[in-house]
Amino acid sequence: MIDGIIGLYIFMLAAFTGYEVIARVPVILHTPLMSGSNFVHGIVLVGAMVALGQASSTLGTAIGFIGVVLAAGNAVGGYVVTERMLAMFKASGEKKR
Amino acid sequence: MTSPLSPQLAALLVNASYLLTAFLFIMGLKRMSSPRTAKSGVVWAGWGMLVATLITFLAPQIAGNYLLIVTAIFIGGLLAWWTGKRVAMTDMPQMIALYNGMGGGAAAAIAAVELFRGETHATATVSLAVLGGLIGAVSFSGSLIAFGKLQGLIKRSLRFRGQQAINLMLVVVALVAGGFIALDINSSANIVIVFFGLALALGITMTLPIGGADMPVVISLYNALTGLAVAFEGFVLNNAAMIIAGTVVGSAGTLLTQLMAKAMNRSLGNVLFSGFGEAAAVAGGEVQGSLKPIEAADVGVMMAFAQKVIVVPGYGMAVAQAQHKVWELTQLLMERGVTVRFAIHPVAGRMPGHMNVLLAEAGVPYDLIADLEEINAEFETADVALIIGANDVVNPVARNDRSSPIYGMPILNADKAKNVIVIKRGQGQGFSGIENALFYLDQTRMLYGDGQAAVSQLIQAVKAVE
Repeated sequence: MIDGIIGLYIFMLAAFTGYEVIARVPVILHTPLMSGSNFVHGIVLVGAMVALGQASSTLGTAIGFIGVVLAAGNAVGGYVVTERMLAMFKASGEKKR
Repeated sequence: MTSPLSPQLAALLVNASYLLTAFLFIMGLKRMSSPRTAKSGVVWAGWGMLVATLITFLAPQIAGNYLLIVTAIFIGGLLAWWTGKRVAMTDMPQMIALYNGMGGGAAAAIAAVELFRGETHATATVSLAVLGGLIGAVSFSGSLIAFGKLQGLIKRSLRFRGQQAINLMLVVVALVAGGFIALDINSSANIVIVFFGLALALGITMTLPIGGADMPVVISLYNALTGLAVAFEGFVLNNAAMIIAGTVVGSAGTLLTQLMAKAMNRSLGNVLFSGFGEAAAVAGGEVQGSLKPIEAADVGVMMAFAQKVIVVPGYGMAVAQAQHKVWELTQLLMERGVTVRFAIHPVAGRMPGHMNVLLAEAGVPYDLIADLEEINAEFETADVALIIGANDVVNPVARNDRSSPIYGMPILNADKAKNVIVIKRGQGQGFSGIENALFYLDQTRMLYGDGQAAVSQLIQAVKAVE
């Protein structure tokens, strides 16, 4: 489906995209953004689901299960803490509470 | 159990949804990089994740184990939800490290499942699985160590002679074992186990010697590495969403790591391969002068009649949970017509931007908060610089003492203010263990005490001023 050279194209374009998207981020957002990108790589969940779904041996199933638990933790935890941090940023003029 | 759709249609649907997910992720990150749109950014990315997760149940590659998948998602998701909702803002950096480590571990687990399955793969695919597994496992164990250190579970930075050599050896042996797997020279399960054991050990020995002050840079680096590992496993599984999202995080995370290292005036190599914090602490010149204490009542009068006060908060303020009191004091001073600004060093708190999060939590609007470039010229016109819980980031030796380990680090020029008040628990040193010359200056006074109690006293003192 994604053969070698096409994969490299995707890789290169995605790498530039990642760089450009955050190239001008102000310092005040560094921590939330790190947390946000941490959430985004929680997409590993879909891979872990496929790995567990394909596993047939006991060992493979066990490792796959752990993988899905970890990946779900990455995705959900990453979302919750990012959302909590960003919810606190108030624009000037906006009143807290 | 088979999918109700034909495999071709299911695959098309899954891939189309992954495209939508990739779009939502990139737009979400873009929106997260501006304060005005940041809140909606994470929601966009969240929808992307939800779409991808749900549609993956239709993926034709999944042959069974549906119940196990759902169970695992609930276990991991609920645990993370529960901890994520409860964690204090001060502990955010180590929590990010923990969740990031879980992602790395998941990438390594995918690699392990694929390698143990041992179905014939092309060498290139197995190589990517091995490489992603190595990076993911290093990120997993390394992030756990980083978590342990920031959480205070691991107190000491373990260093011994020849540590770099041992790390290098581990890398080489792990790569050789990986090469054996990739080239199918010895494809027994044992070598896969040895390979992952080595990778996990490498993450531990790499992270243990790094001092707490450098930990944010390391966490950011592991974040980028996890992204890369996810992308590599995405190639193995032919999964475009993982390739795109993983690569985007890999490169964005690398840039973020560089920005952080630059803010601390440290190169990445320096962080990873030199022990800073404990080992270098003995270096640096002796400081002349004495520490001069002051009472809260006197500080109250001084601030009440000041034109301009600049508050320099540090991590110590957050640990003492004093940020709410500081905001109360600020409002009191502003009612009296005093101009108050907050000066934030790029690495104040435990990570760049962490202090902004902590002040935002207390309700400080962000137009009162200035970063280093904005505020440094203003210290000369400030009557009072109130240092609360900050130390190394206001140490003038970074400007003028070449022998100091923090020489060259950009600092806040609090020493240029007419009066400097330092709220400090005791006479200890900063995170880097370096004596602070600012505390010994003629215009500096020390207000000893717990941050929260000291600021409460200041509030009373300012209120007492007619």
